Amino acid sequence: MAGAASWSFSESDFKQIQQHLQAFLRDSNARCALLVDRAGQLVATVGERPQFDPTAFASLTAADFSANDQLAKMIGEHEFASLVHQGEKESMFLADVAKRVILVVLFDQRTTLGLVKLKGKGAVEKLNKVFEEMFNRVGAGPATPEKGLLEGAEDEIDKLFG
Amino acid sequence: MSMINYASREINCKLVYYGPGLGGKTTNLEHIYGKVSPNTRGKMISLATETERTLFFDFLPVDLGTIRGFKTRFHLYTVPGQVYYNASRKLILKGVDGIVFVADSQIERMEANVESMQNLYDNMSEYGYDLTKIPFAIQYNKRDLPNAAPVRDLQASLNPGWPVEDGAQQKVTPDPTHPGENLIERVDNQWVGRAPYLEAVAIRGDGVFDTLKVVSKVVLKTLS
Repeated sequence: MAGAASWSFSESDFKQIQQHLQAFLRDSNARCALLVDRAGQLVATVGERPQFDPTAFASLTAADFSANDQLAKMIGEHEFASLVHQGEKESMFLADVAKRVILVVLFDQRTTLGLVKLKGKGAVEKLNKVFEEMFNRVGAGPATPEKGLLEGAEDEIDKLFG
Repeated sequence: MSMINYASREINCKLVYYGPGLGGKTTNLEHIYGKVSPNTRGKMISLATETERTLFFDFLPVDLGTIRGFKTRFHLYTVPGQVYYNASRKLILKGVDGIVFVADSQIERMEANVESMQNLYDNMSEYGYDLTKIPFAIQYNKRDLPNAAPVRDLQASLNPGWPVEDGAQQKVTPDPTHPGENLIERVDNQWVGRAPYLEAVAIRGDGVFDTLKVVSKVVLKTLS
């Protein structure tokens, strides 16, 4: 592989992901669920709209998860499939999805860590399936937008930096 | 790893600024942050020590605009340059789409530049990425300092070229930023490719946007 592989997802993939996340939020009573890819890009947000900058949050989440992955290896574990950051009022639960994406759940005192973990397990299984199917399609489906992207891009770059 | 979201019609790409400690990677991002309109950039995140040395990374999202109905956003990252932060440095390279190597032009930092470049090759190959095949540019920073090495010497040490084996690429390719020079050319019967390079004084902003522009274009070209 020359560089990192690109990936893309269609509107129907997106819809499925949102449905699974919405069902999970209903069952777990968590506030908000975000999906972030391992490179730090935000894939989806469902539930209460976060009050923070979601792009910055996504990049920190990926770094946090990656750092913990390395810590796991140092202590002889293959990985930490999930992480918990517990605060006084607000808490976070993070779980790996299909080795490429991270599910981040924000929750408060309206629920418990146990319930979030329990319902999270089921949600991760469903999301794993969606993403694995999506990644298997890479190469067969349209992985990049239509040809001629650069023509437009050069103008845009010139306009921004000119 | 560029991500294309057809539902929200977004393209996200990741650029990493790499190089030796105190070379000016964070300064590049700070200049971009200061100059780009707040409407086209997000919040800048810096995970730094108390002495403002990068501990994990700096992060700045910049929107390039809409291309064919897709919102194009570049996520700019720096890595910690200091040798002993290699574990965290390597993590930032995950999913990278393009790299800017910020070299410190000072003669005294030549060894640190070479060491950092070697470290970049090593870390990239551990992920299975080939640095000669992904969008990559070198920025020679601090050109204003009296002890700056000549660009020719920096090129010889940091950008000596690699053999181009792919027949389709074996054609003379002019360097758009240096008239009269080539990015791909035949040298002693062998096709050689080099990374584009730019001169900069990042603290004044000279060359910062030119560097970003060169790499962004190549990244977008790989998507087309």
